[in-house]
Amino acid sequence: MSNWIHVGHLTDIPAQGARVVEHDGRRIALFRTAEDEVYALLDRCPHKGGPLSQGIVCGKRVTCPMHNWSIELADGQAIAPDVGQAHTLAVKVEADAIYIEAA
Amino acid sequence: MAHTAMKLVLVGNGMAGIRTLEELLKLAPDLYDITVFGEEPHPNYNRILLSPVLAGEQTVDEIVLNSRAWYAEHGITLHTGKRVVKIDRARRQVEADDGTRADYDRLLIATGSKPFILPVPGADLPGVVGFRDIADVEAMLAAAASYQHAVVIGGGLLGLEAANGLIKQGMAVTVVHLAPWLMERQLDEPAARLMQKNLEAKGMKFLLQKQTAELVAGASGRVAAIKFKDGDSLPADLVVMAAGIRPNTALAESASLYCNRGIAVTDTLQTVTDARIYALGECANHRGIAYGLVAPLFEQARVCANHLAELGYGRYSGSVTSTKLKVTGIDLFSAGDFVGGEGTDAITYADPIAGVYKKLVLKDDKLVGAVLYGDTVDGTWYFQLLREGRALSDLRDHLMFGQDHCGNLGHQGQNRAAAMTDEMEVCGCNGVCKGDIVKAIKNHGLFTLEDVRKHTKASASCGSCTGLVEQILMATVGGDYSATPKDKAMCGCTDHTHLEVRAAIRDQHLTGIPEAMAFLDWRTPNGCPSCRPALNYYLLSSWPGEAVDDPQSRFINERAHANIQKDGTFSVVPRMWGGITTPAELIKIATVAEKYAVPTVKVTGGQRIDLLGIKKADLPAIWRDLDMPSGHAYGKAMRTVKTCVGNEWCRFGTQASMAMGIKLEKALYKMWAPHKVKLAVSGCPRNCAEVAIKDVGIIGVDSGWEIYVAGNGGIKTEVAQFLIKVKTDEDVLEYSGAFLQLYREEAIYLERTVHYVARVGLDYVKQKILDDADYRRELYQRLLFALQVEQDPWLERVQGKDAHEFKPLQSAAVMAVA
Ligand code: SRM
Ligand SMILES: Cc1cc2nc3c(=O)[nH]c(=O)nc-3n(C[C@H](O)[C@H](O)[C@H](O)COP(=O)(O)OP(=O)(O)OC[C@H]3O[C@@H](n4cnc5c(N)ncnc54)[C@H](O)[C@@H]3O)c2cc1C
Ligand code: SF4
Ligand code: FES
Repeated sequence: MSNWIHVGHLTDIPAQGARVVEHDGRRIALFRTAEDEVYALLDRCPHKGGPLSQGIVCGKRVTCPMHNWSIELADGQAIAPDVGQAHTLAVKVEADAIYIEAA
Repeated sequence: MAHTAMKLVLVGNGMAGIRTLEELLKLAPDLYDITVFGEEPHPNYNRILLSPVLAGEQTVDEIVLNSRAWYAEHGITLHTGKRVVKIDRARRQVEADDGTRADYDRLLIATGSKPFILPVPGADLPGVVGFRDIADVEAMLAAAASYQHAVVIGGGLLGLEAANGLIKQGMAVTVVHLAPWLMERQLDEPAARLMQKNLEAKGMKFLLQKQTAELVAGASGRVAAIKFKDGDSLPADLVVMAAGIRPNTALAESASLYCNRGIAVTDTLQTVTDARIYALGECANHRGIAYGLVAPLFEQARVCANHLAELGYGRYSGSVTSTKLKVTGIDLFSAGDFVGGEGTDAITYADPIAGVYKKLVLKDDKLVGAVLYGDTVDGTWYFQLLREGRALSDLRDHLMFGQDHCGNLGHQGQNRAAAMTDEMEVCGCNGVCKGDIVKAIKNHGLFTLEDVRKHTKASASCGSCTGLVEQILMATVGGDYSATPKDKAMCGCTDHTHLEVRAAIRDQHLTGIPEAMAFLDWRTPNGCPSCRPALNYYLLSSWPGEAVDDPQSRFINERAHANIQKDGTFSVVPRMWGGITTPAELIKIATVAEKYAVPTVKVTGGQRIDLLGIKKADLPAIWRDLDMPSGHAYGKAMRTVKTCVGNEWCRFGTQASMAMGIKLEKALYKMWAPHKVKLAVSGCPRNCAEVAIKDVGIIGVDSGWEIYVAGNGGIKTEVAQFLIKVKTDEDVLEYSGAFLQLYREEAIYLERTVHYVARVGLDYVKQKILDDADYRRELYQRLLFALQVEQDPWLERVQGKDAHEFKPLQSAAVMAVA
């Protein structure tokens, strides 16, 4: 049993783009890839807290707009040589509706 | 999966062969089952660093480039300590000295070279070694532990590095050399004499123009003395043969592959005899040259991997090489044809007291060779000029005084990497110290500027310390093996250069990013943050009105039409035409600043006002309230036109510079470009608007306007160059516009006008814009057409465009789902 929060629809997010949802005082970045997969990460870069939602999405990664770290969307891991991990959240898409897991 | 991979066998577990495999694995990780044979008992190591190992500065473990785990990780079968003795081309099988066999579909020969052993009596005595591999170094270190006298035969790069190492190990060393001066193939006589003096001060002894006759054994059977043709002799417990290298072609010859001072290969690195067999590295002869340095081998590796991966479009067309001696305290650099000859002229500088000597050889207004001794700070810069074949007429006067004299603010006073301590900061943007860089180069086996950027971030941001990082790289590994700029791929997603991509977009009428990527065989499904913005720009500038902008391929600033700040807020800089404002406009700005509690209101260096610290969601409302056009302060676009007061007020003014500035800004303000573009107009040559450091600068004179182009006041100050003097305001618009359109159509993404003009030459620009009036008008018309389809981006967003960009999603209430 988990609590899922409906946060919007696939079409709310541009392909290869992101939207932010604020929940419980946290900024959560929702990413949509070119293949329409959706990922949710806290909108904080593991480097210096840059807003990942504002980065460029390529493949299954986002590049932070602040100092160009690349972050793996699936697990939040920074791509070598950088080291760090952004916090990820469970997300699911059902019939175009996007849900994230409540904290 | 039923797919069976092809078999690739590599003979020679050295630098060129393994580099090829690394490149191949990047391109086609699963295409081959790979087997590697290496005669040495070690995995691949950095042969270049044998010199520091001998000198006791590094250990053998530290110079390993690919550990055994790397081979295992990539499923490569590794046979070390096995020498391949036979290639059966009919059966497509190789056989090693212990009987191990392996079948191949493709064979790669990278057997390197062998030290040339002088054919003199005693050359095979114990105590006589070459300087090629770990075994040689171990033999030298063992000798240094129990013996006193060493003789190095050969005063070239290898010989001097060996002699230096042996001195460090406590031996008395004499270098015997046949030619009249040291390193005669890399240095001219004056530089060599200076170097010899410095080496003598380190305790090295030299016998020049001396010919070895015989090596004589002592009572133990080990070498004990060296005898010369002139009857002299010296004690010698260790003799290092460093008199040259010979491509190691014995195996290839035994398989009847055509060899002629190296295995003959084509531009695709296939042997001329058998297309299934590739050869590269020091064992190969490409267009008559067998290279003996790493840089060309890496270029070969890239092309060879491309063909092994069956991509089939790389060509290797030869390399220009440079030399750096890795002896601590000796600063030496040479590149290209430094001897000179007919049709060349040389600029030399000599200060024997300070121990500095420099010689630059020019031909047809281009640099073709350089020798630097004592002060090699500008080596990489000269090497770059040389490889790019850049026209030098505008630089010639101060060429000898180095890059700094061509204007470089960032790092003055600390631009000598060698003089820096490990704690000193190299990269001011990312806080990287010299020690961090040296450590990364050594620990990770880095060779190129790009590698260093990836691992340390040094010079990866503003780039002003690039020269320093290159120097550190040179000093640590003896060269910067970055690919030649002229044929550098756009990014890791493609092998095409920026110019090739631009040409394809134009010639094939490509109008979309996916279409361009498909046509040009992009390796990644949707590119990377470096190629996508470039492609987007190329498409839009080539096909205005047809190509559709892709906001997701723009950096956030250009997507949100505001500059992102370090805390994630944004800044807003409205247009203030020519830097002129009105009370009404100022009241509007003040009202907005109060209404939205803007934390900082700042006058910029571009004569306008910046509102900083604005929440993204507030942007459209602020733009609506301001009701002023976007200042494009965030874009690779037309930024400002700075003006002085001019003849409207100033007692010296000759022209109406404010009015001219406003005219230019209104005409050009919606213009996107490869990089940002800044203009200025001054009313007289006192030049209060700082025209000399602008992309286009206009100076009013009594009889009209002077137009200057390609200045830059940023990372590296560059003074704008005079283009032409014109009479009317319309002329100013047409010439400036034509220049900017030429830049928009031909520059590489993120190339400022100064770099574009440096690349193509001012003469070329003049030819297009001054000599060809029709072409100038066409350029200007094309610019006007492109500008006509652009809208003010803030107004569009006030009207609702891309609303999702600024609004967060609303989260619905929590609901329980099974
Ligand atoms: C606001 C301003 C500083 C100020 O408070 O005065 C400024 C601020 C920034 N500059 Fe600048 N530059 C500003 C005038 C300049 C000038 C002076 C000028 O334009 O007369 C220069 C040197 C002239 C030149 O460009 O040739 C300048 C050379 C740079 C450079 C180096 C460019 C180069 O080619 O070397 C960068 C980095 C870049 O563009 O890659 C840069 C980058 C930046 C960025 C965009 C850094 C960034 O990426 O976030 C800063 C954005 C701050 C913001 O959000 O507003 N800024 N910058 C100035 C805005 C002028 C305007 O009204 O648009
Ligand atoms: C001491 C020293 C210092 C140097 N310094 C510099 C420098 O500062 N800058 C620079 O650019 N270059 C330098 N070089 C040159 C550089 O190391 C070579 O250009 C480079 O290593 C050549 O690469 P390769 O793969 O062609 O040959 P190698 O690296 O020599 O690799 C060939 C390998 O093949 C093996 N092999 C040969 N035949 C067989 C066979 N039949 N079966 C199995 N294995 C076989 C060999 O044992 C060897 O391991 C230096 C070289 C030395 C020795
Ligand atoms: S405004 Fe310009 S000079 Fe100042 S910190 Fe930012 S980029 Fe550097
Ligand atoms: S904050 Fe993301 S890269 Fe620095």
